[in-house]
Amino acid sequence: MSGLNQGKMQLSGRGVVCVRGGREVFSGLDFEAVSGEAVAVVGRNGSGKTSLLRLIAGLLIPAGGTIALDGGDGELTLPEQCHYLGHRDALKPALSVAENLSFWADFLGGERSDTAESLATVGLDHATDLPAGFLSAGQRRRLSLARLLTVRRPVWLLDEPTNALDVAGQDMFGGLMREHLSRGGMIVAATHAPLGIDSRELRIGGMA
Amino acid sequence: MTLIDLANPTRFLALSARVLPWLAAATVIVLTIGLYQSATAPDDYQQGATVKIMFIHVPNAWLSMFVWGVMSIASLGTLVWRHPLADVAAKAAAPIGAAFTFLALLTGSLWGRPMWGTYWEWDARLTSVLILFLMYLGLMALWRAVDDPSRAARAAAVLTLVGAINLPIIKFSVDWWNTLHQPASVMRMGGSTLDKSFLIPLLVMAVAFTLLFVTLHIAAMRNEILRRRVRSLQMMQASQKAA
Amino acid sequence: MTALSALIRRDIRIALRVGGGALIGVLFFLTVVVLMPFAVGPDLALLSRLGPAILWLGALLASLLTLDRLFMADHEDGSLDLITMSRTPLELACAAKALAHWLAAGLPLIVATPVLGLLLNLDMVSTGAVALTLLAGTPALTFTGMIGAALAVTLHRGGLLMAVLVLPLSIPVLIFGVAASQAVIVGPMNFGAPFSILCALSLVSLVVGPFAAAASLKHGLD
Repeated sequence: MSGLNQGKMQLSGRGVVCVRGGREVFSGLDFEAVSGEAVAVVGRNGSGKTSLLRLIAGLLIPAGGTIALDGGDGELTLPEQCHYLGHRDALKPALSVAENLSFWADFLGGERSDTAESLATVGLDHATDLPAGFLSAGQRRRLSLARLLTVRRPVWLLDEPTNALDVAGQDMFGGLMREHLSRGGMIVAATHAPLGIDSRELRIGGMA
Repeated sequence: MTLIDLANPTRFLALSARVLPWLAAATVIVLTIGLYQSATAPDDYQQGATVKIMFIHVPNAWLSMFVWGVMSIASLGTLVWRHPLADVAAKAAAPIGAAFTFLALLTGSLWGRPMWGTYWEWDARLTSVLILFLMYLGLMALWRAVDDPSRAARAAAVLTLVGAINLPIIKFSVDWWNTLHQPASVMRMGGSTLDKSFLIPLLVMAVAFTLLFVTLHIAAMRNEILRRRVRSLQMMQASQKAA
Repeated sequence: MTALSALIRRDIRIALRVGGGALIGVLFFLTVVVLMPFAVGPDLALLSRLGPAILWLGALLASLLTLDRLFMADHEDGSLDLITMSRTPLELACAAKALAHWLAAGLPLIVATPVLGLLLNLDMVSTGAVALTLLAGTPALTFTGMIGAALAVTLHRGGLLMAVLVLPLSIPVLIFGVAASQAVIVGPMNFGAPFSILCALSLVSLVVGPFAAAASLKHGLD
């Protein structure tokens, strides 16, 4: 099962300008990524790594330039083909682990795989019926990763994905990313730490 | 020594398991006697059979205040002595107190229907009980609003004690407000001139309802202790590393 | 449709669980109504004349104050980002959230109305009229209040600012809601005209609310 029915995809940005709160964060940024490739966005604090991910995700509107995905599902917009994993985990503490995950699976729709299987992969199968409020920060992050697995999207936008993960968790996540790339997926990750997989570096905001 | 023994939740569970059946039996017996006596008590020459509602109403009204007193003592235990069972006792008492208060309101308004011609009159006593009911509901909402029981316990304890200080003030204000608007107040239940044929069943019923409260309270405390154990077991389960 | 029903089910579940605020609205409603006689006096004739107005004001305040967190909670934990990016149009997602809020927080107000009617000495017919007008009118309150809740997210401020923004918008609903109830109780106007206008207001807000809220959320992206 390929999981991603598209052929070769290419994500490209041309002359992207980002303005936040009246301040130009970066301008004239060109980037591209193709299927099976991971791009690690690096740069000092405040250089606009998170902003770039949010621009791709459609959560910010670029002040100039274009961002486009070629070769994807033509009926869907770019944000609809993305998974955005931000600093916040989008979990409700009052709902159980399984309820949180199956809500996002039902709501986000599209191709999905078994929730129980995803929870087992990220090592949360012992906590399926417990309230998400009982989870530690690392476990909450693992639950967010389970969302990436359950709901299939070709483009993963990851903001400091390994935050709060222990060494075993980082290894597990590295495996998940490699598998995603081998299925023809694409990863754009903002990170300070090494991503743990082969990736192309995209440096923004000048010197680190 | 017994108090210290009781302070330990495990001891409390063991001891209360032995006491609870006896308490329940005593409640049933006294309540049966009280109900029989109430049923056979003579009708009032003015109010007729309606007066019998009082045998239920008065004990409930008495308990509505008594339970707040119990919660206040428990709250002192939470704030001053950090007694491990105190906040369990306070939390378990709130819904029971609210239920007694609700029954007092309900029986009061059922009694009021033939007396006043409406189900509700802004009579000073009933109004005070209604405010007490609102405070019980607020307290329950507070317990529900906070997920962590020990954090909720301190907030609830402060509110309970503030309530205990405020209740007499509220009662006084309501009385004043009511007499201000209604100089010739509605008919009231006779005060100290109660006949023995009313007084004895009333006292028996008061004892019966107090026993009922103690039984329910201990059972609810046991539930609450067990609920907290389940919660901490769940948290342990959550933190356990997957194989 | 599964997406929307999943969103509605989730929001109702959260509202009813520990920490959710569904029933606090009812308690607020009850408290506001109980306060009124202390201000105007316990005169039952007066209270029954003011009854519909008191109930409507109480329901208005209760439904607006609980709306404060409609989008704020989702914004704070990042859920709103995912909802915005999803394949479900944001307008529909907003409508689903408002519907869930109305079911969890608005409907209990209507259920509580008969009890409160008793306290205000309203008879069966009057209580029924108030409950019916609330049933027709509270959706309008929720769906216009939603616009304020969306603005609150954009402006990073909730609470009083939202109330100040939204309360003027709810004046027409209040006018026709109370007018329709009074028409049943004292006449001489007929019930049909104000009640139809009330229903129309609800229907209009059902359309306008989600679009305005979604537009405000989209422009406030950050």
